Amino acid sequence: MARRLAPSVNAGSMADIAFLLLIFFLVSTTIETDYGIMRKLPPLIEDSPEVVFKKKNLFQVELNQLNQLSVEGNLMEIQDLKKAAIAFLDNGGGSGDLACDYCKGDKDIESSDHPSKAIISLINSRETNYETYIAVQNELVSAYTELRNREAERLYGVSFIEMEENLKDGRYVGNKEELRDRVKKIQSMFPEKLSEAEPRNQ
Amino acid sequence: MSKFKNKKNTQLPEISTASLPDIVFMLLFFFMVATVMRNDTLMIQNMLPYADQVEKLDTKLIMNIYAGKPNSRYRDMGSEARIQLNDKFADIKDIKAFILAERALKRPGEVPFLITSLKVDKETKMGLVGDIKKELREVQALKINYTTNRGEAKDNFNR
Repeated sequence: MARRLAPSVNAGSMADIAFLLLIFFLVSTTIETDYGIMRKLPPLIEDSPEVVFKKKNLFQVELNQLNQLSVEGNLMEIQDLKKAAIAFLDNGGGSGDLACDYCKGDKDIESSDHPSKAIISLINSRETNYETYIAVQNELVSAYTELRNREAERLYGVSFIEMEENLKDGRYVGNKEELRDRVKKIQSMFPEKLSEAEPRNQ
Repeated sequence: MSKFKNKKNTQLPEISTASLPDIVFMLLFFFMVATVMRNDTLMIQNMLPYADQVEKLDTKLIMNIYAGKPNSRYRDMGSEARIQLNDKFADIKDIKAFILAERALKRPGEVPFLITSLKVDKETKMGLVGDIKKELREVQALKINYTTNRGEAKDNFNR
């Protein structure tokens, strides 16, 4: 009995089919951009209570319709903003009750008393570009992050960014409760007080 | 003489292409795993700005609001920046209805964790963004995320 060999199936067109699928997926999908700056909007309150604060505790950042940045009334370049914001937040010019024992700033009495009192106010015009606005937001957030990192390094030996990542990480093996308290403590040392007014109509 | 003839007649063996599908399938699986299906067709320009102080978004509890100039296919809409919700151009006043509709689709327990992701083109004026934010505050959708590309802030001005 002669053994018949089974005819081999031609697999040449298999590649074409796979290429079709591949091209379909290439065209129809995007690598999702799911990163961004997290912000919390203030709730809408009908009659907002009067908040009393000293003028020296306010850091005024303004963006005009020509995308120029002015800080406390003086024009400034965006790359210098972070430094100025850090100097303001970290100043610690208060005494007595308001003395700040972890600030490393100049202790200028003309600038902010204590990081928990320091408010950054961001005003923009309706004609400001979104791009510039994001750059400014980014610099201000990075000023807070840098100060928090510094304190976290000093107190616990890890950066604040790392602590926050560990907190979100399900596989973290340390004591999560303790970590949460630590994160809260660092946050309360430099609370993010970023106020945004309604855009100005110019 | 026959020696030469023999050499001429030897044919090169055919290269087997049987493993080509395997290679292509490997690529295919890589793209299937690494990418996410785009769920909205963009009708606007959407070049996001750059920032480095960013956090990752949980991909499930997100409401997307797009804004920017209509792209070249929708020239007839004018060159003024517009809002896009789902697959349609929308007005400022449609945002509230959109947020409420999105909330109705989610389980009640998930509603407080919903994040509104603002995917705004970098050339948009802040007036429009301010209006969007005001509408969001009115429906108590306070958690927002300015979605950006990852890069340094100064990258925004390098063009």
